[in-house]
Amino acid sequence: MTHFTAVLLFAFFASIVFGITQRETPRRMVHYGIYCFVLFVGSAIALSWIMFLIAR
Amino acid sequence: MANGENKNAVAGQEASSGSQASPQQGFVYLPLIAGWLVPGAGHFLLRKWGRGALLTVSILAMFVLGLAMQGKLYGNPHDILESLCMAGDLGNGLLYIVSRILGLGADQVQVTTADWGARFIVVAGLLNVIAAVDAHNLRTGRKS
Repeated sequence: MTHFTAVLLFAFFASIVFGITQRETPRRMVHYGIYCFVLFVGSAIALSWIMFLIAR
Repeated sequence: MANGENKNAVAGQEASSGSQASPQQGFVYLPLIAGWLVPGAGHFLLRKWGRGALLTVSILAMFVLGLAMQGKLYGNPHDILESLCMAGDLGNGLLYIVSRILGLGADQVQVTTADWGARFIVVAGLLNVIAAVDAHNLRTGRKS
């Protein structure tokens, strides 16, 4: 398993729980879940690039 | 006259809330405790089958993936950081207790995935606590 696969799995399952618990209607749950997933993965990619550039 | 109408309105509201509350009688904290012990069980008790199933699958998957990555289950904390990790692990309820009894996650494995696995297990526990509190909020009517 690669680090990125772990990030995707983590983001996927955590986003499902966040979506269900933090919103009330199914539609808003789906939207919030997608929003959390994008934020998880996006921030992981952004931080990875920042650390890569700092380490150079 | 207006007072009479208000009283009727209040009585009507009580009657309607009473009819809605009838299936929710009993111990208020049962969904919270059940949800903590078994992921998703709090939602199942409240007949939220879809939400319960998704929560069960998500939390169980994170826990099992954590163990599959040879993640550690924290048992005897030696410092504050390990104590916090153990608190997170305890959020898994029976999954944690049964896994500890079976001796899973007891070995110190020096591979990268083991570190991720330990984090997966801790986060699964924290997510389970969030789900259990959500079940409690549904039970008390704070959330619909």
